[in-house]
Amino acid sequence: MNSPLASVPLFHIGSMPMTEPVIATWGIIALLGIGGCVVTRRLSLSPSPVQAALELLVEAIDSQIRDTMAVEPAPYRAFIGTLFVYVFIANWCTLVPGVEPPTAHIETDAALALLVFLAVIWFGIRAAGLRGYLATFAVPSPIMIPINMIESLSRIFSLMVRLFGNVMSGVFMVSIVLSLAGLLVPLPLMALDLLTGAIQAYIFAILAAVFIASVVSDGEAKPLPSK
Amino acid sequence: MNWLAFISIFSAAMAVSFGAIGPALGEGRAVAAAMDAIARQPESASTISRTLFVGLAMIETMAIYCLVIALLLLFANPLLK
Repeated sequence: MNSPLASVPLFHIGSMPMTEPVIATWGIIALLGIGGCVVTRRLSLSPSPVQAALELLVEAIDSQIRDTMAVEPAPYRAFIGTLFVYVFIANWCTLVPGVEPPTAHIETDAALALLVFLAVIWFGIRAAGLRGYLATFAVPSPIMIPINMIESLSRIFSLMVRLFGNVMSGVFMVSIVLSLAGLLVPLPLMALDLLTGAIQAYIFAILAAVFIASVVSDGEAKPLPSK
Repeated sequence: MNWLAFISIFSAAMAVSFGAIGPALGEGRAVAAAMDAIARQPESASTISRTLFVGLAMIETMAIYCLVIALLLLFANPLLK
């Protein structure tokens, strides 16, 4: 049985090995990019069904961001929304025969978690300036600085491991059951896998929003008057 | 099969089985509390269920850690090279 932690290079471009998750990621990027361009080329005030559906999606993302972060969603819509849509489509890649979700390999999840890590710093500095961002590590008191620094790394690590573990365990379980019993037996597991994939995409985006919101609100909060 | 492989496989099974107990109990309590809260205040169901999902994901991460440890023991064990 193949190790779920290893990824096999399919071919090489120059000396750079290309693995299956990379190809699948390219496919998703092309699908989302070209699809987005084609659909938004003719936007009208009386929307077509596709445009209406996409507006519904954007509205839903906006309302979730507004509820979670308690701010206007405009600056965060692009990042959080893209994370959600990408992870969602990546998790549902299993619907295409022969394609494994790229999120079932830890490299993709590590890249996504690294993006969230950088976005937290970027939005934190943008909301409160460099000083204000660094001051968020001293909330609620300077004694917490080491703990806050560890937390900012460990929550990113757990974000990575959570997505990887959930998606990979689904794929792994389906492949084990498929090797034991044939045609229709793994179907319920696959359905459960799709449900888990959707929930994990939601959770990934919401947790990214929560991390960004915590640093933004800590930075904007006025320091307590000293006694 | 040598002792290291035997112990690795055994401890992988132990990690998953005992690592599933705690998160299972915790998730049960969390869902029960959320059900209770929704039954009392049905109008705040959406907020409660969103918080519940995020919290369940947090709790579930503990079990996922155990799974990852088990997979490391089985597939990436440095002692078995």
